[in-house]
Amino acid sequence: MTSGSATPAIVARGIGKSFGEHQVLDQVDLTVAAGTIFSLLGPNGAGKTTMVRILSTLIPADAGDIKVAGHDLATEPGAVRAVIGVTGQFSAVDNLLTGAENLRLMADLRHLGRDKGRRRVSELLERFDLADAAGKPLSTYSGGMRRRLDLAMTLVGDPRLIFLDEPTAGLDPRSRRTMWQIIDELVADGVTIFLTTQYLDEADQLADRIAVLDQGRIVAEGTPAELKRRIPGGHVELQFADPDALREAAALLDIALPEDEQLALQVPGDGTLASLRGLLGRLDDARVEVEDLSIHTPDLDDVFFAVTGHSTVPRTTEEALAR
Amino acid sequence: MTALAYTVTDSATMLRRNLKHQLRYPSVTLMLVGMPIVFLLLFVYVFGGQLGAGLGTHPHGDRTAYLTYVVPGILIMTVASAALGTALSVAMDMTEGIIDRFRTMAIARGAVLTGHVIGSLIQTIIGLAIVLGVALVIGYRPTADPLAWVAAAGVLLLFALALVCLSATLGLAAKSVETASNTPMFLTLLPLLSSGFVPTGTMPDGLRQFAEYQPYTPVTQTVRGLLTGTHAGSHAVTAIAWSLGIAIVSYLWAVRLYNRRRAADPK
Repeated sequence: MTSGSATPAIVARGIGKSFGEHQVLDQVDLTVAAGTIFSLLGPNGAGKTTMVRILSTLIPADAGDIKVAGHDLATEPGAVRAVIGVTGQFSAVDNLLTGAENLRLMADLRHLGRDKGRRRVSELLERFDLADAAGKPLSTYSGGMRRRLDLAMTLVGDPRLIFLDEPTAGLDPRSRRTMWQIIDELVADGVTIFLTTQYLDEADQLADRIAVLDQGRIVAEGTPAELKRRIPGGHVELQFADPDALREAAALLDIALPEDEQLALQVPGDGTLASLRGLLGRLDDARVEVEDLSIHTPDLDDVFFAVTGHSTVPRTTEEALAR
Repeated sequence: MTALAYTVTDSATMLRRNLKHQLRYPSVTLMLVGMPIVFLLLFVYVFGGQLGAGLGTHPHGDRTAYLTYVVPGILIMTVASAALGTALSVAMDMTEGIIDRFRTMAIARGAVLTGHVIGSLIQTIIGLAIVLGVALVIGYRPTADPLAWVAAAGVLLLFALALVCLSATLGLAAKSVETASNTPMFLTLLPLLSSGFVPTGTMPDGLRQFAEYQPYTPVTQTVRGLLTGTHAGSHAVTAIAWSLGIAIVSYLWAVRLYNRRRAADPK
């Protein structure tokens, strides 16, 4: 993280956007310091992608005053485009070309010149572990490879501000780790990253600051530590074989009976071995049979519930509109 | 570099991209060139004897007379057929995520479309060369001098530019790739309703007027006049006016559509 003395990468005041009747973004304010990772966290349909599309000059905002890298988004979109790079959640690669050809296309469009372009392409192929597949058509690429190529294409022009719209959605855990590592390396080089995600652990792992977006509004903002302080801890879910055991356990642990018909109790706790041993010990002593047990660590749902009072159930119509 | 230099460089980059697509998937080009060849063979060998008889006398017989008559019409059909590919490739491109990437980059305006248009023109030239080659093999003997050849090529290319621009516009306007492959079909049917296959004088009233005043007829007549010297370019001015008109209107419309898609959400 570099000092905050430089021009902020993004300063936005009062962004508004609606599609027809539907208000997708409502009075959103954002400041992203240069050289940091800023994460916009929210469920499907919250307006994350719309935000990225506005900030990356793809669609105009209905309202608001936005400066990206010191340039006004509305009046100098060309200057903004020259310094940004975007990797969306839908792969932005040319499926009819090979990996190397895709990168060369980007080098040409960034006017790198023949030699510099070639060097940059082979360097990126190497760095993203795509050298072996460089000459193969994209139809042979795996999901993780396509995502890496996508990001490599974004990096060809050395952008100082990179938008990553759900960069790990749909990736397997290993590819996800690789992506995180790449993002860390980028920030080490002084690049600013605007990352959207629906995974709290991803934002927690990567971001310097997190803003939680819900129904087009920022409902919470802070460092990961600040946000997590607002989340109640995790809980242990106990499953019982019959209503009697459930009632006994509820009385023993002093927990209100669940209102639904399920034979399960949620016991607050962080799920450490010691607390589990204690919990099971008490149930054992009282001879209450536990059929099954699961440990629940805080996730986006908990953050959401904590800051909005409702859960992250995606609303299908909004999701469709936000795409 | 100046803005103009960037426009040229970026358009050249996009052109290379489109040519790579064509080379990698030659089946599309073959299909677009195959259709006029099938029409050529069908009209010359199946209908040619009978149709040629109606044209009047020819020293080498009715079929040769019809071959001489129909080749300009087939060349125009080749131009129209190649233009179909433009709508398809533009529409396919618009469904790809890479277009969004292009829009977030500082790329010269219009480079994407220019790449498509010039790429299709090159495809058209290759198609015309193949179709003309087949026509020569089966006995087409144009009487044009070099200057008339150049003029004929110029008229064909200008008309190709017009149809390619129109087709690109239809590709941009289409809501889906399927629509994009259907809407420009009329471009390949219009040659049948012109002087391309039979003289318009043999058509009934109404149809005859339509055939005489639609753009394909002056273009066909001009090319026919230049290649086999029947009657020189009295239609040339009309042909060039139509081509320029269609090209300019389509191009402006296409640029408008391309820029407007930025506002609406393509996903």
